[in-house]
Amino acid sequence: MAKYIFKRVLLAIVTIFIVCMITFFTMNAIPGGPFAGEKAKSPEVQAALEKRFNLDKPVGQQFVIYMGNMLRGDFGISAKTGREISQTISSKFAVSAKLGIFAVLTAVVVGVVLGSIAALMRNRVPDRVIIFLSTLFTSLPSFVLGSFLLVIFSVKLGWVKAWSPTEQNLVLPVLALAAYPASYITRLTKTSMLDVLGQDYVRTARAKGVASWKVLFVHTLRNALIPVVTYLGPMIASVLTGSLVVEQIFTIGGLGAEFVQSITNRDYPMIMGVTIFLAVFMVTMNLLTDIVYKLIDPRITLD
Amino acid sequence: MDKTYDVDQMPKKNPLSLQIDLSKFEKATDEEKKQADVMSESTSFFKDGMRKLRKNPLAMFSIIVLVLIILMITIVPVVVPYSYSDIITVNGKRDKSATNMAPFKYSKMEQQYIDEGGKVFPHIMGTDELGRDYFVRVAYGTRISLLVGVFASVIVLIIGVLYGSIAGYFGGKVDLIMMRIVDIIYSLPDLLMIILLSVVLNEVLKFDGHGILARLGTNMISLFIVFGLLYWVGMARLVRGQILTIKKNEYVLAAQVSGAKSSRIIRRHILPNCISVIIISAALQIPSAIFTESFLSFISLGVKAPMPSLGSLASAARSGITTYTYKLIFPALMIGLITLAFNLLGDGLRDAFDPKLRR
Repeated sequence: MAKYIFKRVLLAIVTIFIVCMITFFTMNAIPGGPFAGEKAKSPEVQAALEKRFNLDKPVGQQFVIYMGNMLRGDFGISAKTGREISQTISSKFAVSAKLGIFAVLTAVVVGVVLGSIAALMRNRVPDRVIIFLSTLFTSLPSFVLGSFLLVIFSVKLGWVKAWSPTEQNLVLPVLALAAYPASYITRLTKTSMLDVLGQDYVRTARAKGVASWKVLFVHTLRNALIPVVTYLGPMIASVLTGSLVVEQIFTIGGLGAEFVQSITNRDYPMIMGVTIFLAVFMVTMNLLTDIVYKLIDPRITLD
Repeated sequence: MDKTYDVDQMPKKNPLSLQIDLSKFEKATDEEKKQADVMSESTSFFKDGMRKLRKNPLAMFSIIVLVLIILMITIVPVVVPYSYSDIITVNGKRDKSATNMAPFKYSKMEQQYIDEGGKVFPHIMGTDELGRDYFVRVAYGTRISLLVGVFASVIVLIIGVLYGSIAGYFGGKVDLIMMRIVDIIYSLPDLLMIILLSVVLNEVLKFDGHGILARLGTNMISLFIVFGLLYWVGMARLVRGQILTIKKNEYVLAAQVSGAKSSRIIRRHILPNCISVIIISAALQIPSAIFTESFLSFISLGVKAPMPSLGSLASAARSGITTYTYKLIFPALMIGLITLAFNLLGDGLRDAFDPKLRR
């Protein structure tokens, strides 16, 4: 077990390092560099800027400096606004995290409940309706779904107020974000639930006369949820990347919207900082998922 | 026996003889002979799978939808007299009023021209904000999106199958090292890497040639490059797993004993046995690539204007969404239909061809 965790942590560290490397060196490959902007600068200013941001040093050394700064939580400053990137990230990430947590919770609750219903009522009307809906919702990109939700419920019907900094109504953005993972979890829960329901220990429990709710919650659901746990890592990644577009649509000023903005602005230090931050976050989440998965199911031997 | 027995030519028997009188019997017809046949006609794996597939209404429905879509994207640009990048002109004059028209509406100039006896092809899906026929743009966008999807999944298929089969077949140290590389690539956050590489390649590859790739723009080339770099790992893992199980079969051992080369064993014995699983997952790769492309289009890293893709159309439609909702509905509908059809078809193919699910 300890060996497994050690191996996984090592892999995660290597992955993060590679992400940093790819990010740094690809960004460096862009001709012109970050200060070849619109306005022409005098050679002295140019040289001073390059000295300030260590651009006069060889690339390898720049990388070491950048990594060192990053470990201390310093991502440099934005090329457009001049603000500290780490500050932007920490203030904007709070908004995205709130949205993300709600979306993840919604997806898990809705997915598990609907998936269980579908499995218990196999081949009956509710099952077919649920599976049809889940197939439908996996076929629409989140930005299309988000736009439709916004137009229908906020603009045309006026049921839900759109998001504004004063009135933070997260219903629609959470729905837009949670639709895809919820559908996925629904299918996952259904399949694993059907699998567990066919197991001998479930039949034994029934034959012993255990109350049916107890069979459902203690014997079946607990075991059926193990595959769902494995999806948590990828789901967090997909919710995070999904929030890039959903935040843009609902004009929520989170990290996702900031990232998209920096791409349109070609604000390279910002793109680098946010990419590395999100990547570290996702890799860590994946690592935690894998360890939790291993802890709750002793049958699994991953190597 | 060299002679046939005809009932009429048989010699008459003694009435008390117990020998069977053949004249009282009828010859069985071919049809009746067939009924006595206990064996059903032998069928190949492929034929059996196709039979199952044909019985699956959802899969057949998605095949029909896909065929209709392919027909649409090949026929529409030929039949409709507008092109995807041309602003509508009436009688050679540019029609400035023909922007943002609802489906089947004509602009003032067009109406005048029709009243004078001219013919104007109707705008089945209206026009966009620059006065381009939306129907043609949606058809072209579908074409581009499908192209991107198919091309990306072919890239994934080739690299994934090659890599996975080498790792799975040789096993041991080779497998260990190759799979560690796969593990690392697998744990890279793929969409972030796509965004990053698209941004960078956009600046590095300034593509000014001709042909389809130049018109698609550097973003698409970087999308393909990224698919080639990152997305094949899922396929490689799948293929490796398949090969590890197939490798243990006796017929592989037999081939090895009789001195077959590795490449021959992979080609003749192993790949044919896991091809169905591979094809299914390649088919499911297409909608995921279309999704990725539309996502990139949304954050302004998609195909180069004026070339439309479904993603860029849907993303452009958001600006006037409250007034011109139909501009979002049409591309969204196409994305939904294509994804749904490929997903359902993939499920159907899996039910029909996956050896593990066959009973």
